[in-house]
Amino acid sequence: MMIFAPSPPKRVPSRETKNIMLAVGRDLNIAYAFFERNWNLIRRYIGWEIVWIVYSLVNALTILFIAAATERITGQAVDTRFFVLYLLIGTTMWSYLSAVFDVVAETIAWERWEGTIEYTLMAPVPRWLHLIGTCCFAVTYAVIRAALIFAAVALMFNVDLGHANVLTALIVIGVGSICVIGLAIVAAVLPLLFTERGAQMTFVIHSSLLLISGVYAPIDVLPNWLQVLSPLSPMTYVLRAVRAGLLEGAPPSAVGGDLVILALMGVALIPGGLLVFRAAERYARQTGRLKRSG
Amino acid sequence: MNALATLQPVQAALALRAVSKVFASRPLLRLPWRSPTTAKRVVAVDDVSLTVRKGEIFGVLGANGSGKSTLIRLVSTLLLPDSGTLEVFGLDVVRNELRVKQLINRVSVDAAFFKKLSPMENLLYAGRLYGLRADETQRRGLEVLDKLGISRKVAFNPMEHMSRGMQQKVAIARALLTSPLLLLLDEPTTGLDPRSKKDVQRMVLNLREEQDTTVVLTTHDMDEADRLCDRLAVLDHGRVIALDTPEHLKQAGGSMEDVFMRLTTDEEEAA
Repeated sequence: MMIFAPSPPKRVPSRETKNIMLAVGRDLNIAYAFFERNWNLIRRYIGWEIVWIVYSLVNALTILFIAAATERITGQAVDTRFFVLYLLIGTTMWSYLSAVFDVVAETIAWERWEGTIEYTLMAPVPRWLHLIGTCCFAVTYAVIRAALIFAAVALMFNVDLGHANVLTALIVIGVGSICVIGLAIVAAVLPLLFTERGAQMTFVIHSSLLLISGVYAPIDVLPNWLQVLSPLSPMTYVLRAVRAGLLEGAPPSAVGGDLVILALMGVALIPGGLLVFRAAERYARQTGRLKRSG
Repeated sequence: MNALATLQPVQAALALRAVSKVFASRPLLRLPWRSPTTAKRVVAVDDVSLTVRKGEIFGVLGANGSGKSTLIRLVSTLLLPDSGTLEVFGLDVVRNELRVKQLINRVSVDAAFFKKLSPMENLLYAGRLYGLRADETQRRGLEVLDKLGISRKVAFNPMEHMSRGMQQKVAIARALLTSPLLLLLDEPTTGLDPRSKKDVQRMVLNLREEQDTTVVLTTHDMDEADRLCDRLAVLDHGRVIALDTPEHLKQAGGSMEDVFMRLTTDEEEAA
């Protein structure tokens, strides 16, 4: 005699749950449009990508060779391995953070260059989904780029990360990325408002961040008037905390102060950036600035 | 003209009431060492009221700078009106921006694409923006491209290698992909060779027959306007100076071009 055990009742999602899942799926599909488009553009411009990666790599190597030669240049004893690692962190972090900043900040500038700004902005896409898609691409692209540069340089300089606390670095990079994205959203407003000069203004912000954030040297060596600006850059805290983690093996709790500042900056910059972007888009629509060329 | 402009909004695909748009060319930031410039005011659209019926092909004629493209950009949500209201299928364009965007699509005079990407990659991007899945876009995209005479091989090569006529066909395919209820065609045949022009015109007619799409078409080609449009509005300095069927407009005698020349101002004579 066969015994049929009753099968456990299937959990059928309610209509409400189904609707929510459908809406989330639809939103993810829209956000993915920007990721996929940018990825396809990278594939099509692969020659330029290789040129930029080689340029960044050569740049990083040049800077690290200065560190390697410091003893010879100054004639004094220097902890070369520490100095090389100090600069390697700076150059890798800058490669990552500046790539995130550039991709997000140039969102509108790209559309203007390609002539697609009107098409993209008249599509039924909430701006936050547009930015989520762009930001996901920015982080993915920047991680790959920075990892390639770090791997190539680490091979040449025999980098020792035996004492590093990688968890601290990863947490700081995660929280710091959110701040940089917020700052980049604010910067993306410039090409929206200034049809011809906006992209140049964004580049000025990019280079100012390099100067004031302590990428290659501690911020104490900057003149006082520049040091005043350093705390305004989220990259200052990211670099300081990542160096503490990787050079001194500091646990996450030891960089809690920097993490709190970064979290507060992120909380202010992301919604603030979206509000500024929305206001700027409205202004651009009032004044007719959403055109393909200035 | 007034009788035609007073259709109930629910029956209308597009209803404009007293819409005006003025541009003032004032810099956003004035550098202190630069002498202040007086803002130049351009009245692009001046108190325009009109109604486009569902399923109609509605033409907008006018000289360069008469306000045709501004009108299209206002309906496309790319510009905000200074005064007046615009409704698409009863939805206010400013207050229901996102819902209106779902109902419309636009083909402009310059095919705006990522030229390094292939037609299919551009369609995939457009499809996702309008909520279509990738497989659905690929299937429908290939179907539409095929109808327009664009082969599969061409569909996967960068658009930069395509002629302007072909690019414009892809632009139309992109608009059709999202099945818009209201299609805005801003000089879609300008600069096309006669064969491509004919293809585009045939597509516009097919669209109305097969999908009952409402079309607003701006053009400089008087024959095209005469042949395709159910009604025509003539714009001059941002104002609607005539709105009627091509047959009625031509009743005074002459071709559509004669009508246009009679109605619109010659800039040099006016000066």
